[in-house]
Amino acid sequence: METVITVRDLKKTFKPKSRKGVEVKALDGISFEVPRGEFFGLLGPNGAGKTTTIGILTTRVLPTEGVAQIEGIDVARDPVSVKRRIGVVPQVNNLDRALTAKEILLFHAEYFGVPKQEREERAHRLLERFELTERADEKITGWSGGMAQRLKIGRALMHDPAILFLDEPTTGLDPQARRAMWDLLTELNQKGLTILLTTHYMEEADQLCSRTAIVDHGKVLALDSPAQLKRSVPGGYLVELQVRNGANGSFADALQTLPGVVEIKSENDRVRIYADRVEGLLANAMRLAGEQNVMVTDAHVSEPSLENLFLHLTGRSLRE
Amino acid sequence: MTAFIALLHRDLRVVRRELLSFLLRVVLNPILFTFIFGFVMPRMGIIQKGYTDMLLPGILGLSMTLSSMQAVSLPLVIDFGWSKEIEDRLLAPISIKGVAFEKIIVGVVQAIIAGIVVLPLAWLLMRVHLSLTGIDIVHFVLVALLSSWLFAAFGMVIGTVVPPQQISLIFTALLSPMIFFGCAYYPWAALHVVPWFQYLVLLNPLVYANEGFRLALTPNMPHMPLPLVYGALVGFSALFTWLGLRKFESRALD
Repeated sequence: METVITVRDLKKTFKPKSRKGVEVKALDGISFEVPRGEFFGLLGPNGAGKTTTIGILTTRVLPTEGVAQIEGIDVARDPVSVKRRIGVVPQVNNLDRALTAKEILLFHAEYFGVPKQEREERAHRLLERFELTERADEKITGWSGGMAQRLKIGRALMHDPAILFLDEPTTGLDPQARRAMWDLLTELNQKGLTILLTTHYMEEADQLCSRTAIVDHGKVLALDSPAQLKRSVPGGYLVELQVRNGANGSFADALQTLPGVVEIKSENDRVRIYADRVEGLLANAMRLAGEQNVMVTDAHVSEPSLENLFLHLTGRSLRE
Repeated sequence: MTAFIALLHRDLRVVRRELLSFLLRVVLNPILFTFIFGFVMPRMGIIQKGYTDMLLPGILGLSMTLSSMQAVSLPLVIDFGWSKEIEDRLLAPISIKGVAFEKIIVGVVQAIIAGIVVLPLAWLLMRVHLSLTGIDIVHFVLVALLSSWLFAAFGMVIGTVVPPQQISLIFTALLSPMIFFGCAYYPWAALHVVPWFQYLVLLNPLVYANEGFRLALTPNMPHMPLPLVYGALVGFSALFTWLGLRKFESRALD
């Protein structure tokens, strides 16, 4: 399969804006490749470097080091050619407030030299598909997040790009709008569009992406299909215990001997038990705690998930 | 080039849509000024009859330069500092410098519209006392274009350097002295009565725009020497264009 996005050892350090400011290392050698037609996700918490990565790939941020290519074209060297090939849906609402919804689409296509009749047709079709036809001649001030988001996607599609970039496309949307957005993106991908999206919702990556890179502190921690990634969590299941006054080492050792347990991670007042099955595990763990005078104040069992993988890789939750 | 023209098309559509408020902004101040200083006060006898001849080029200069400066600076301050709307155009298949140049051209266009509206209005109001002989069309067009460009580029510097919270402060603190020291209401040559001041105002680019209009519209009245006017207009234009493009690029790219 032809590679359309290449990112190799990409680094970005933001210089301080004022004298008192500090240097921020946003990307610390990030690498991945995306073949044509793939739905690719960058999953990580806020500040992981996702937006910076998209910024570099969409010509808005200059890399400090490393390679970023779109269809083999270096992003920093020939940004204009890259811009022709990509559609961008940024996180912020940067829709043109001086224009109506329809004009936003039409002018965008005009910037890209789409002939008049074709851009009229496309705008009509996209407004229809995104259920915005009734509001087409309105300015976008006061629009709901979901509507603005749909129009932003419509705008990005007006010049028929080969690759669509979406930065946190469902942040701030209600569950219904999010579900609709997922359906829409899946449909676009099925029609052959290559999509790269960033998200800090693991369900989103899980649901949409054929492959996902888990990023943190500007580095890729793991990269695979969501199913494979989930399988890579030791055992897959996670039982989390909250204990009072911290757990002693012998409690952890005892837990390790329980059937199904793959790995124990214990820090401060939290004990994480990774296991490949959960039947009876919680009861056994509680029995051991009783025997060892460890006071368990809370217990939580979770299924294999990308959230658990992130926790396993970084010791932190995706949503701090 | 397609993208450049499309960007221009977009901006002119917005100008056309907001034409009424634009005209009000452009016309109100010079008209009021012209009415009081060019119509009422000469009738009172407080102002000498010839004053309006000195005033007209300044009024025109002020309207055109301030229009192009505002046309460029205000949208940029909002776009970069707050709404980020400009990102949409930065993603158009055109270099960042191309987007910046287009903004300057739009500023020049708005200045020309302002000039076309203000000149006949001011003329009509002042007609009674105005005795314009021998307008130099070539110099008039050249000065008009150069001053509009200069102040559009100056607007780009302001628009890319000043944060949104400080724009009103800048307009007061920078524009007021520029206007009053800009030789709009008096000719530069007459400043010889305060020599230090006559040299000090040479730092102000507005002086050359106004003196340029004086040179073109009322060539028989005292005005700044032609080479100085053109030298400064071209020099300041080059400086602000260079600085404006640099700042625009650094704001557009992280």
